[in-house]
Amino acid sequence: MPERDAGPATGLPDRMPISLTINGEVRQLDVAPWTSLLDLLRLELGLTGTKKGCDHGQCGACTILLDGRRINACLTLAVMKDGARITTVEGLAAADGGLHPLQAAFVEHDAFQCGYCTPGQLCSAVGLLAEGRARSAEEIREHMSGNLCRCGAYPNIVAAIEQVMQ
Amino acid sequence: MNRFAYLRPTDIAEAVRAIAADPSARFIAGGTNLLDLMKYEVERPTRLIDITRLPGLDAVEETASGGLRIGALVPNADLAHDPRIAARYPLLASAILAGASPQLRNAASTGGNLLQRTRCYYFYDVGTPCNKRAPGAGCPAIDGVNRIHAILGTSTHCIATHPSDMCVALAALEAKVHVAGPNGERTIAIGDFHRLPEDRPDIDTTLAHDEIIVAVELPAEGFAGHCTYLKLRDRLSYAFALVSVAVGLAMDGDAIGRARIALGGVAHKPWRVPEAEALLQGRPPTEESYAAAADRLLAGARAYRDNGFKIELARRAITRGLAQAASGTPQSQTDKRIR
Repeated sequence: MPERDAGPATGLPDRMPISLTINGEVRQLDVAPWTSLLDLLRLELGLTGTKKGCDHGQCGACTILLDGRRINACLTLAVMKDGARITTVEGLAAADGGLHPLQAAFVEHDAFQCGYCTPGQLCSAVGLLAEGRARSAEEIREHMSGNLCRCGAYPNIVAAIEQVMQ
Repeated sequence: MNRFAYLRPTDIAEAVRAIAADPSARFIAGGTNLLDLMKYEVERPTRLIDITRLPGLDAVEETASGGLRIGALVPNADLAHDPRIAARYPLLASAILAGASPQLRNAASTGGNLLQRTRCYYFYDVGTPCNKRAPGAGCPAIDGVNRIHAILGTSTHCIATHPSDMCVALAALEAKVHVAGPNGERTIAIGDFHRLPEDRPDIDTTLAHDEIIVAVELPAEGFAGHCTYLKLRDRLSYAFALVSVAVGLAMDGDAIGRARIALGGVAHKPWRVPEAEALLQGRPPTEESYAAAADRLLAGARAYRDNGFKIELARRAITRGLAQAASGTPQSQTDKRIR
């Protein structure tokens, strides 16, 4: 088994080689086992679109797509996701810079004020649409309950998602 | 977060050997609770043993007895939306969807949900004593801020609650937990899996340190026609239960044939009282029947400084839940209005 001696008795720190496909680009990385996927993205790769809000899975600001499923990057160790495909907010727009339909709808509906929660809201909404289980505004609200917006832009966020869903 | 060694075993035997060799090692799968606890330094494992690539733990399969066997690594979201679970065990699907958020349910595993630790504020705050973190240190919750704490099965050492919704449904369904250890596999009834705090609140379950959960088995009876999961909390979504109730009924004509009732948010484990369920057998589905069962379920309930409201809240949740189940109108987890 690939045991890496990063334990207290065996000398620190240590890093492990992993491969991640991030926004379509294959990256060979050396990560410390205790690095969260969120910290890897923000601090080591400079992808600061993904936000650190609570760092405890309670606010949803760090939501990214892992193999197409939305998860909280703060409660995920990067080393455990060796081989995975990750999409962050930086990867939503088209290669020519054209906005993702959800990004365009967020602009159209003024679905943010300070914008801090917006990358997580967008990635979460992409996940919601892929899941295909929300069919009404009420269901969108329930399925977006893992993303808090302290500015209270919820009505406009729901309206933006509802527009793209239709 | 402390530093730790990271291991990625390739089979169950190797995983069990690895955990048996280090009393401070922990298995990690979804990580949604363990990493949270590590960030607060409540957990400081020397080694993390990543079990997410172990083979054979990620499927939901039919059993010979007409039930389902759920692999320990099946994500909560996949389980709730499995068509067999939705059709045959809607109580379980509903309970899972009542908990956490879509992101967390995508990451969290079946086995990990069973091993969730309490959300007691004092347990999470390493600046305060806690008998669950350090046996003998004391429990500030007993005379402190305890609005979210237990009213049943408490001890002078701990009044924490078990936080899971899924486990409340599993208790009502009488699920079995299959575990593997150095001496092979064994099966633990869900009712025996979680324990009351007594004088060892640091021990949540009867799972040994060197054992790993491999599957959860559901018996054939899913009470699909007459069930509900009713969860009451401080906000409509994404909050732990103050009180929840899982009900499954088998109707016998106009009367209740068999009843299963489990409560969440009120004790250190999902709370069942078989005598309360027996009271409903052969009785008509009326408020009077429900009240008798609720009285028996809540016998011995104790109010601490801030949580006395839970006793009446639980009484009303039980009667409402029984009515929902009897009429075949389970609580919606989208439309939160309680009917």
